[in-house]
Amino acid sequence: MATATTSRPAGSQQTRAPARGTKGPPLAQRAGAYAGLLLLTVLFVSPLVFMVTTSFKTNFEAAQPTWIPKEPTTEGYSFIFNATQTPVLRWFLNSLLAAAGQTLLILLTASMAAYALARMEFVGKRLLTALIIATIFIPPIVLLIPNYVIVAELGWLDSLTAVIVPGAAGAFGVFFLRQFFVSLPTELEEAARLDGANRFQIFYKVILPLSKPALATLALLSFLTNWNDFLWPLYVLFSPERLTLQPGLSTLQSAFATDYATIMVGGVIASVPVLILFVVAQRFIIEGVSRSGLKG
Amino acid sequence: MTSTDLGGRAAPPAAGPGAGQLRRGRGRLGAAGGRGGGGIVPYLFLAPYLLLFGLFVLAPSVYVIWISLHDWDFLLPGKPFVGLQNYLNLFKSGTVTSEPFWQAMTATGKFVLYSVPLLVAVPLAVAVMLNQRFPGRNFFRAAYFAPYVLGVAVVGILWRFLLDPNIGLVNHMLDRIGITTDIPWTTQTPWVWAALVGPTVWWTLGFNAVIYLAGLQDIPRELYEAAKVDGASRWQQFRNVTLPGLRPVLVFVVTITILASANVFGQPYLITQGRPGRETRSAIMLIGQEGLRDFRMGNAAAMSFLLTLALMLISVANFLLFRERKER
Repeated sequence: MATATTSRPAGSQQTRAPARGTKGPPLAQRAGAYAGLLLLTVLFVSPLVFMVTTSFKTNFEAAQPTWIPKEPTTEGYSFIFNATQTPVLRWFLNSLLAAAGQTLLILLTASMAAYALARMEFVGKRLLTALIIATIFIPPIVLLIPNYVIVAELGWLDSLTAVIVPGAAGAFGVFFLRQFFVSLPTELEEAARLDGANRFQIFYKVILPLSKPALATLALLSFLTNWNDFLWPLYVLFSPERLTLQPGLSTLQSAFATDYATIMVGGVIASVPVLILFVVAQRFIIEGVSRSGLKG
Repeated sequence: MTSTDLGGRAAPPAAGPGAGQLRRGRGRLGAAGGRGGGGIVPYLFLAPYLLLFGLFVLAPSVYVIWISLHDWDFLLPGKPFVGLQNYLNLFKSGTVTSEPFWQAMTATGKFVLYSVPLLVAVPLAVAVMLNQRFPGRNFFRAAYFAPYVLGVAVVGILWRFLLDPNIGLVNHMLDRIGITTDIPWTTQTPWVWAALVGPTVWWTLGFNAVIYLAGLQDIPRELYEAAKVDGASRWQQFRNVTLPGLRPVLVFVVTITILASANVFGQPYLITQGRPGRETRSAIMLIGQEGLRDFRMGNAAAMSFLLTLALMLISVANFLLFRERKER
């Protein structure tokens, strides 16, 4: 969609700058603005840098405000990879499985449902659409206690299933994709139908390929959301080897108190995948978020 | 110059944040569905999602009320029906649950009060700066947005470290500029509130800024040109062009920010651990503790239902305010 280009500074259409008069702002003013922006950048990026450098310190040196470790060491990493009570590598794997699993589940179920809601007629359609969209506004906290009981009844407590399946029921994906499907032109579908394709074939061969950007955005947002989820896995997972990274960080904090180098190793491992995703797919993520602030 | 410029203008179908979203695209709904619809096919497409939706969204939305009407201890076989007693206890002073509940609600309210103005105003300033055309603009946008892709647990443990009263970087830096008293960020009021609000601003500023940016780009450039011709200063342009044009987005941002702040959990859980005493224990922290650690789920369900009611009232109030202003 056209939104994909909104962040490009190309073309005169983009120039909304009030400052761009006939002369442009004075040099001093521009330098001041840059200084402000840079200061803010330092403020935003330096905590992350400090987390990374601290993870390469000894716990003793972590108590000192050095930006570059005097004796860089990877002992924090090797220690924590081998700790039986805090198996961070295992948590990493669990997080990866959970986030990937939930993302696939969302893509599959939400795209099918969204297609039906966008393009088919059936009894109760309006009611169902309204119901699904209305639940976007239900604060998730109200589902915490009953879903815990339901997941316990299903025998899913302390298993990855508990952090994969219930979270895929959210209405956001359906809402997001329905919005996109509705905006697609119908001609291709009509043509496919005239060629004798049935609904499933049209969905699979026409709609899904046309929707790659929307599916990619939804996949990214779903992955990030699940990877970063803290509250739910904190309560439904409890065995050390079953945890995902985010609740694992809480475990690290209580286990190692002020051994901050060790704790920051966990922080780095939980951050690196999402930061890489962000760098690679920055445009998709930022525009996905700005287009659908609902996710917050 | 009216706010309708934003909603109605040629925004691409899936673009544009905020309340406008829901309305868009309804007209064409089902345009291709006339034929080939009906029968069992639509339900086959819907079935997998509806199974999830029914089990983990619809059922629990009702189940929570049912649980809240019982003395529901997860670990005990008997779960006697108690009617509205769990709710009444929350409103009666001197009961086991009322004091912690209102303390947690107060803490939550304070966090909303301290964080929302900053989270609304600061990102707006940043977005206005970023809305100008200059080299490196996308770099800055990415830098400010980056913390938002981290989980709250990372934010929590990282700032617990940076704000550590004895060895944290923040106190070290303050020491360097002459403030030699170690500030008890994580243990004493009022510092604890700064220790919760500051990291939250760091974490989510980029999110709100990006939403503002999308809204700013929908304000027609001609309005600024016209204002400039009339001799408006930059402040006047902001006051008379930017703010009115941005109002729907502003209302949207205020609403979601209030909701997000009222749902605060990870920051107090990891940074202050509710200290001092229970001063910073948020409503969700209490609900988690009461329901999923102490397993008194009837109480916790009643608490979460009340909290939800409060949150929905806030959203509805905001929405009505927005609607009314916009129509006039």
